[in-house]
Amino acid sequence: MTTIAPPNSPPALSHRLANGLTVIGEPSDAFESAAFTLLTPSGCRYDPDDRLGLASLTCEMMLRGAGSRDSRALVNDLDAMGVEHTETVGISHATFSASSLADSLEPALALYADVVRRPHLPADQLEQGRQVCLQEVYGVEDEPSQKLMNELRRQHYPSPWGRASCGDEAGLNAVTQDEILAFQASHYGPEGSILAVAGRFDWQELLRVAERLFGDWAPTPLTRTPPNRSTTGSRHLPFEGSQCHIGIAYPSVAYRDPEYFQAWSAVGVLSSGMSSRLFTEVREKRGLCYTVYASLQSQVDRAAVLCYAGTTAERAQETLDVTYAELIRLAEGVTVEELGRLKARIKSALILQQESTASRAGTLARDWRHLGRVRSMVEVGELIDAVTADTINAYLAKNPPRDFTMVTLGPEPLRLK
Amino acid sequence: MQFRRQTLDNGLEVIAEVNPTALSMAVGFFVQTGSRDECDQEAGVSHFLEHMMFKGTARRSAEDVNREFDELGAHYNAFTSEENTVYYASLLPEHQAEVIDLLGDILRPSLRTEDFEMEKKVILEEIEMYLDQPPYGMDDHIKTLCFGDHPIARSVLGTSESITALTPEAMRSYFERRYAPGNVVLAASGRVDFEALVAQAEAACGHWPALAARRETPTPRYAAVREAVCQQAATQQYALLLGGAPAGESTDRYAAKLLATILGDDTGSRLYWRLVDSGRAESASLGHYDYQGVGMFYTWLSCEPETIEPNLAETLAVLGGIEQEPLTTEELNQAKSKVKSRVVLSSERPRNRLFNVGGNWLMRETYRTVADDLAALDGVQLEDVHRVSDSYPLDKVSIVTVGPRNDFRW
Repeated sequence: MTTIAPPNSPPALSHRLANGLTVIGEPSDAFESAAFTLLTPSGCRYDPDDRLGLASLTCEMMLRGAGSRDSRALVNDLDAMGVEHTETVGISHATFSASSLADSLEPALALYADVVRRPHLPADQLEQGRQVCLQEVYGVEDEPSQKLMNELRRQHYPSPWGRASCGDEAGLNAVTQDEILAFQASHYGPEGSILAVAGRFDWQELLRVAERLFGDWAPTPLTRTPPNRSTTGSRHLPFEGSQCHIGIAYPSVAYRDPEYFQAWSAVGVLSSGMSSRLFTEVREKRGLCYTVYASLQSQVDRAAVLCYAGTTAERAQETLDVTYAELIRLAEGVTVEELGRLKARIKSALILQQESTASRAGTLARDWRHLGRVRSMVEVGELIDAVTADTINAYLAKNPPRDFTMVTLGPEPLRLK
Repeated sequence: MQFRRQTLDNGLEVIAEVNPTALSMAVGFFVQTGSRDECDQEAGVSHFLEHMMFKGTARRSAEDVNREFDELGAHYNAFTSEENTVYYASLLPEHQAEVIDLLGDILRPSLRTEDFEMEKKVILEEIEMYLDQPPYGMDDHIKTLCFGDHPIARSVLGTSESITALTPEAMRSYFERRYAPGNVVLAASGRVDFEALVAQAEAACGHWPALAARRETPTPRYAAVREAVCQQAATQQYALLLGGAPAGESTDRYAAKLLATILGDDTGSRLYWRLVDSGRAESASLGHYDYQGVGMFYTWLSCEPETIEPNLAETLAVLGGIEQEPLTTEELNQAKSKVKSRVVLSSERPRNRLFNVGGNWLMRETYRTVADDLAALDGVQLEDVHRVSDSYPLDKVSIVTVGPRNDFRW
């Protein structure tokens, strides 16, 4: 029996345009708003090694005017339509997300169709765009925990899968206008792109709009960059400050793996809620730090558990020892009580997520990207109901946390005992 | 959507915005206390006390508290500001009774000395964490520069020294003084059973002895002081600009929000086009913050160290440039659509409504619907915005710069 799925959650609808763009929709009259997420296969994994930041700079330039609008009109019109929006570049995809009152859905989609299909990429603004991207690179230097986690991913995953999409100073400085034009032309196309919409809209009308806006988008053959396995391993970054930041990663299973929910639940026992193991052992019992967590981060073909703890330098070795001991102890298994609490949290999280159109649109797009379909809430409920302490423990017996990568940032290096 | 309200005999108010079609509910105890209510010997105690609320009661150990919140599947937390301390949870409506019992119970904590000493370590870690991140505690410092000895300038976290020196007795005495039922509002939003809520609140909190709590609200005075602080470890240079603004009770607060949006929103504002879009600065933004009897216009700038002089000059030119470049109707309308859309989008989640409804009640003892807020924004005219910028000149403010450089001329 399913206990997780909320009432009235019909399955999502999907349709593939002839050119390869997938449209997914979850209409609901319970909202006044509508939100969309548009994924395009234009992430930083396609950056050449000596042009790190190319995908990011291209995305930045695409927002500087598109279709009939110049740079200023584009931003002003989004404001005037009351569209909340973000644009980000990840490893594999660029993501364009927008939410607004239902009336603005269609004009907002039309504007983003211009951005991905008809950007001006104004050469006279290239230096400004480059500066914006460089500022982001400099800004990370002043955020030690983010700098640490960027480095942890870089050390843990084979290149290009651990890249930080902001790139680096040398790469950004080397990018030319022609390279931006070429990247835009070859990495923005319908094949592999996903448009997911949630909230108040009509599905048939959405399909007509999508056909009109994207139907004649000509496919661009995807260039596949072979992974270039670089040296990975643990390292220490010297940093003058009172704090030491600790990052530990270990391999896990991806979202589409049949055992994903076992791995995900095991990490939940470690770090979901204030009665979870890391919070209890590191913070509550010993007062070692303010922030400690672990989370399962999944790409399509690989995944890792990433742990973080930030503490004062004098207590850093003890913090590491206690955190690491909990990772090792996880292999001994979880209890029925721990899993019971976790399931209560998962159940309410799934339902709270239903209350935000932006969050639903993001989930629909993620499901499609990882699975090639959308899991209904009923199916998610069944998958979670099927997880028991025994199934998690069987998974952990086969896949104990191991093969750790550790990165520390602080005055002194630490030792994994 | 229906607003309900009832006061318990001991003075504790229970309010709710009931939405029977919501999937979830959110509930929170809003305590009218924060750093502005502290004296020197208690600096940081409000925030420390917030941590201590999760450390156990006569009926529950600290482990019980954390475990029970998790068993309810609650997404819960607490925060402390200059004037409020809020304990909240969002969860499924089926757990309303349990969560009120739990939240009500933790608001009468044991405050054991050994837990106090353990949590002191966590607070000191939290302070160190912020001191390692730009602008390195200067956000507290600039409040003192601008507002002098006005209580709003007090630090929420306190300092390592004040926290180290704090005693459990001082905390207990502060608790007795500030957590009186007349100083607490229990607010709820979403799919709430209000009759049950009142009964549950009575059971959990009805025995709290009625006591009065007072807050000083002296008239603020603003200073325009400038200071350059050298911080070699920083990569970027930061500038914080702080001045007075319409207070929480003022009807001009809507005009103030729109003024801040036009001049300094993250995108599409005058600061954005002059400084951020051009890549001259990493960020440049202006926000309006309102409190009881006092308001703040707070500008934040970060950029490469060698560009701080022209960027700061440009920022001040934008903030003080309304006379030369008057605000237009188009700018005002654009700011209105932006702010109104944010109000509506965020209102779809009961948790966001909780903060709005509860915060509004603490500040003004009124209930405002989403439609009320939208109408107030719609009603703002250009002359209202100009009046605000005339009354609170945005370029006559205190400024602190932090970063590797302090060798520049103002």
